[in-house]
Amino acid sequence: MQDIIQVRDIMHQYGDKTALEKISLQVSQGEIHGLIGPDSAGKTTLMRILCGLLNIQSGTVSVFDLDVSKKFKEIRSRLGYMPQRFSLYQDLSVEENLLFFARLFSVTVQERNQRLPELYAFSRLEQFKSRRAGALSGGMKQKLALSCALVHRPELLILDEPTYGVDPVSRQEFWQMLKSIQKGGTSILVSTPYMDEAELCDRVTLIYNGKVLASDTPTKIKANWNKVVFRVTSPEMKELEPELVKIIEIESCQRFGNELHLVLQADEAASIINQLETRFDEYMPMLEQIQPGMEDIYLSYMQAVQHKEPSHAG
Amino acid sequence: MKSNRIPAIMLKEANHILRDPRTLLIVVLMPIVQLIMFGYAMNMEIRNLRMAVFDYSHTPTSRELVNDFSASGKFQVSYPNLPEDSINQLFFSRKYEAVLLIPKGFAEELNRLKKTDVQLLIDASDPNAATLIRSYCTSVIGRYNQLEKYSPIDVRTNILYNPDMRSAYFFVPGLIAMILVMVSALLTSIAITREKELGTLEQILVSPIRSHEIVIGKVLPYIILALLDALFILTVGMTLFGVPFRGSFPLFLGFTLLYVLAALSLGLLVSTVAQTQQVAMMMALTMTMLPTIMLSGFIFPIASMPKLLQLFTYIVPAKYYLQIIRGIMLKGNNLTQLLQPMLALIIMTVVMLAVAVKRFSLRLK
Repeated sequence: MQDIIQVRDIMHQYGDKTALEKISLQVSQGEIHGLIGPDSAGKTTLMRILCGLLNIQSGTVSVFDLDVSKKFKEIRSRLGYMPQRFSLYQDLSVEENLLFFARLFSVTVQERNQRLPELYAFSRLEQFKSRRAGALSGGMKQKLALSCALVHRPELLILDEPTYGVDPVSRQEFWQMLKSIQKGGTSILVSTPYMDEAELCDRVTLIYNGKVLASDTPTKIKANWNKVVFRVTSPEMKELEPELVKIIEIESCQRFGNELHLVLQADEAASIINQLETRFDEYMPMLEQIQPGMEDIYLSYMQAVQHKEPSHAG
Repeated sequence: MKSNRIPAIMLKEANHILRDPRTLLIVVLMPIVQLIMFGYAMNMEIRNLRMAVFDYSHTPTSRELVNDFSASGKFQVSYPNLPEDSINQLFFSRKYEAVLLIPKGFAEELNRLKKTDVQLLIDASDPNAATLIRSYCTSVIGRYNQLEKYSPIDVRTNILYNPDMRSAYFFVPGLIAMILVMVSALLTSIAITREKELGTLEQILVSPIRSHEIVIGKVLPYIILALLDALFILTVGMTLFGVPFRGSFPLFLGFTLLYVLAALSLGLLVSTVAQTQQVAMMMALTMTMLPTIMLSGFIFPIASMPKLLQLFTYIVPAKYYLQIIRGIMLKGNNLTQLLQPMLALIIMTVVMLAVAVKRFSLRLK
């Protein structure tokens, strides 16, 4: 498969603050690629560099095999970009926003007359087309922003946290829309702070503090991770948790709602679990191995980086 | 393929203007309020000045002089029956703005020498009013001298272009200069920084658009708006306040367009520096309103300013525009007589526009 985005050794600094540290990334034609990481990981900076909105300080970036630093104007006409914040005109109606972006990208009238009904059907925004964008709900705003980014049939979509702050139902609908856009042949690079959305991507890049933690298909990322996760529940969780944190053989002990996730080296797991069961018998813990989620893996990689470079932790 | 990105931006901008009550308020209400303020409240003529007369001459000749004062329409004359040393009290209690003292030998001296003195006391705690009162008095006495053939030297002042010194003649052109700079510089700088602040600029930058297309598309609706405002003020000035229009109307329109371009370039320049609407507003206001009111010769004559400020007025576009439209409206100047201020405006516009377009980047900062 051909790479639609190629990023090599990109560094980016805002003043003396480093946002990206030697990042490399490939996005293949036709895939949904997830850029996953918390706030301030560098996702927005990377996406802005890809759109030619920020100067490249060092490294090389090409999109559609074109050098972004030189050909950003040509690249911009072939991609659709949805910034992190809702960036449409709130005082214009749904239809006016769509028409504006159609004109901005010089979409011909015939093409537009064909495209708009398609987008309405797909986003189910037709009944709201005369409503001002500012009066739409959060989920509908994101659908409109997506429609505006799609009006010129881009070959590549770059979406910066499109589901951030959107309700779960709308999030699900939004991902279904992305899947159907992908079927139409468009490649998608999407960033998200939600780890569960990683499973919906063909490939993901985990990014933390301007560094890539891992980049592969979700299945392979899980397979290459040589650790296991145990779920711990106990009626006396409050007493148990501080005890477990003290044990150094446990890589990490994270709370997920009412349960604790223990990350252990795969080869030591059996013996550690045995020890724990006898030692904390009084708290009646329930220990059970579970499939690791992307969040477990992300946190484990993140802690590994923090231990290596404590100065950058935080 | 023909690009229609400029009309697209224009259409969108027109919609913003029509849907934003604040912009409409500035564009429609401000000229009206200022016309009322300058036209009625801030009148430069004073009537019914209270004048106390102490006439120690008690002759027909002295009464004639006092009559001339009241007949001028500017003064309300009365004879307070008080001793002369209470004049200070009259001023302290703000009962009179001026006091006229006619000495005992007034009529005799006039008859004998054909000249004499009267004393005029003016309350100058309001210096502007005092200046006006003095000039009114001088003109009343001048007329009296002339009629009675008393004065040996007859000074005949001929005030040109605005013989009645009507304040509308000066404030209507000034108001046009001010409103235009407000609408053009303030509103465009706000309109562009608003897109930065809301993030919409980031969105439209990721399109095939060029910077000059954004700038032209955003600025054109404001040019139209500014010209409409100028015509509105001109119409009100001519019909309600009787301001003459002696020169050529197309010339007026052409120069007004040039001035609007200068102001827009300033607004663009501000928007390339300011990142938020608030900063843009503060910058645009201090860079346009204040110099236009204080340093353009609109209210205060440039010749009476300190040398340093006089130098500064050379970079105030309104200074040149005022010379131009006062010339066209009041004197009927033609193009060749206005070449010098025109050249100044053109140079300023070209420089500011070049810097602004160069600074307006297709990237984020």
